Amino acid sequence: MKLHTISVLVTNEVGVLSRIVDLFSGRGYNIESLTVAPTVDSIYSRVTIVTKADNDVVEQICKQLNRLIPVIKVANLSIGEALEYEIGLIKVGVSDEVKSDFINIVTQANAKILDVNDKVYTVKIDGDEKAVQTFAELVRPYGIKEFVRSGKVAITKGNQFSIIKNKKEEQQIKNI
Amino acid sequence: MDKVMYSGAQILLKSLQQEGVEEVFGYPGGVVLPLYDALYLQDDIKHYLVRHEQAAIHAAEGYARVSGKAGVAIVTSGPGACNTITGLANAYYDGTPLILITGQVNSKLIGQDAFQEADIVGITRSCCKHNYLVKDVRDLARVIKEAFYIATTGKKGPVVVDIPVDVFNAKCNFVYPKNVELVGYNPTYKGHPLQIQRALKTLFEAKRPVIISGGGVVASNASRELKELATRLSIPVVHTLMGAGTYPDNLETSLGMMGMHGSYCANLTVANSDCIFAIGTRFSDRITGCLKRFARDAQVIHIDIDPCSISKNVKASIPIVGDIHYVLTEMLKYLEKSGHKINEEQKNKWFNEIQEWKNKSVITEKKSEKLSALTVLKTIHEYTKNDEPIVSTEVGQHQMWTAQNFKFNEPRKLITSGGLGTMGFGFPAAMGAAVAKKGSYILNIAGDGSIQMNIQELMTCVDYKFKVINCIINNGYLGMVRQWQEKIYDKHYSQTKISSPDFVKLAQSYGALGLRVEKEEDIIPALQQAIEYDGPVMIDFVCENCEMVYPWVLAGKPIDNVLLSGEDLK
Repeated sequence: MKLHTISVLVTNEVGVLSRIVDLFSGRGYNIESLTVAPTVDSIYSRVTIVTKADNDVVEQICKQLNRLIPVIKVANLSIGEALEYEIGLIKVGVSDEVKSDFINIVTQANAKILDVNDKVYTVKIDGDEKAVQTFAELVRPYGIKEFVRSGKVAITKGNQFSIIKNKKEEQQIKNI
Repeated sequence: MDKVMYSGAQILLKSLQQEGVEEVFGYPGGVVLPLYDALYLQDDIKHYLVRHEQAAIHAAEGYARVSGKAGVAIVTSGPGACNTITGLANAYYDGTPLILITGQVNSKLIGQDAFQEADIVGITRSCCKHNYLVKDVRDLARVIKEAFYIATTGKKGPVVVDIPVDVFNAKCNFVYPKNVELVGYNPTYKGHPLQIQRALKTLFEAKRPVIISGGGVVASNASRELKELATRLSIPVVHTLMGAGTYPDNLETSLGMMGMHGSYCANLTVANSDCIFAIGTRFSDRITGCLKRFARDAQVIHIDIDPCSISKNVKASIPIVGDIHYVLTEMLKYLEKSGHKINEEQKNKWFNEIQEWKNKSVITEKKSEKLSALTVLKTIHEYTKNDEPIVSTEVGQHQMWTAQNFKFNEPRKLITSGGLGTMGFGFPAAMGAAVAKKGSYILNIAGDGSIQMNIQELMTCVDYKFKVINCIINNGYLGMVRQWQEKIYDKHYSQTKISSPDFVKLAQSYGALGLRVEKEEDIIPALQQAIEYDGPVMIDFVCENCEMVYPWVLAGKPIDNVLLSGEDLK
């Protein structure tokens, strides 16, 4: 079983997320991470789901997602090359003695200090899953007080798109 | 534009009318009172009052299956809506177009645990094709338009529209939309031309081809095209339970039903085929048996309108997503152009092999002096076959015996719960059939267990004089479960012996005709009396307790592992 990133374009309406989540839970598929946000055109939303499953199962999941009425397009991004990003927000307690070491690590990892308050540093790290995980491991010895991690967002590389095709063309099919 | 203001209830009824709805099944309640008031004040839509909401939705399904139109059921919120869940799941499985209107508590009370509140959109999400909660009366007409469009296109199915009581009362003008705009819903109708040609070429080259005809052929009204293609290519046809009647049983090339209780010949033919042409079937475990050993040597051509059905269970070598009617019509065109000639020698060889399997049939043994269910059903079929009645069934042994022994020459004649296997489906479905096909009698073949699941509908039948003839195969057991217990669970008849009321007296107390048959010679006179009677009938056929359904392929075994009698099992 390997991880798959499924990008789902949906109409932005009440209940659409639960339809998608139900489809996973009702069949016993686990969701590793999930992000949802409106697209530039706010009548649509993009749902990015990371799930662990065999290829056959993922193919079936994608077909069943497509069967949902508010789902416009489903793309399994792990099949092609895709850019994947996620964000981690970490609160670390840092004493004055190790402060400079800590800031060094932050700078080298391209992370950003967002807030310093009473020796507690809140840091943002972004990157692929590995980058976020590695950074967390690096600062762990300082004492992680809280670690909040986003789900993944992903986009295809280059001249490939997982957006709606020609609306007119779809309308024609519908009118048959 | 129409400037008159209508209430939500009136808009709903006007929208139903726009969709050609003339008959609905339902049961009133608190929050649907405004709708029932609007129903009272009009004559265009006839409402049939059932005795249980489950019966309303099954009746709507029976109506839809017979008429080919979407069935409509109306129920109230909370318990009323919850009682329809089984019917929704049943229709979703078998791809029956239905619209279920459920009342909902006032939209301002939703989520506040109001009286008779249930989250129906949440509850029904996984057992219907789509559902709506209408919170604004201005959305109502559009939602109904979309609901019908979704229910009756693609793989058909039930759509739930949940309407709060304040939306029924709110007013706005009525404009019924002409078109549907659903960006995310575009069923594929036109199968890919190259795939269609590839499929045809593969069929030309096949030495031992067979067609499996499923419920999709009924949904797509493609029986005629199927018959023509099978005849012109000389391919034998087997059908699934849902595909009964899609290919005329009276043709020599029809091999009957396949699957767990399918005919020996049908199963052997599929198992030995080198090219399976599956049309509108989802390869349920009841037809494939052991999946790993299912048709290992065969190429599989699979047409289905639902991409999810393709390569879900059986991997298709040539998948074709599209409307069966369209795809078969295209195939016939290509066939015409190709000038293909059948290899007679090859064809005869295959048909000779099939003939040998045909000769093998179930070995029956008489166990007692009581009536044999098989004899009863064969006699019923023999006596009624010229009328070609619509036959509904409940679920269990009697259902399988009916599917095996009744010959259907057209689709929409056998109304049965295929995928979900719902006991209690047949009787209310028969009422729906009676509404869809007025003037003819409907046979409901039932077991003594199943009939008791919705027996209250006798009253509905009496009220509306539905000519439903319930033929109860009364063997004192939940026969199918008993059958498994006998062979697989060491004769531990756990909770399968079931008692019944005196069906004759029960029928009489409802005002229906009740008859009891205990001897073979009484079967036909009873049927005669039942058919002549103007109203519902219950015939209690007192049958042998331990009769078993054969052929039988045990669950998980390959489909050519067919048992023809109890002896085979030992």
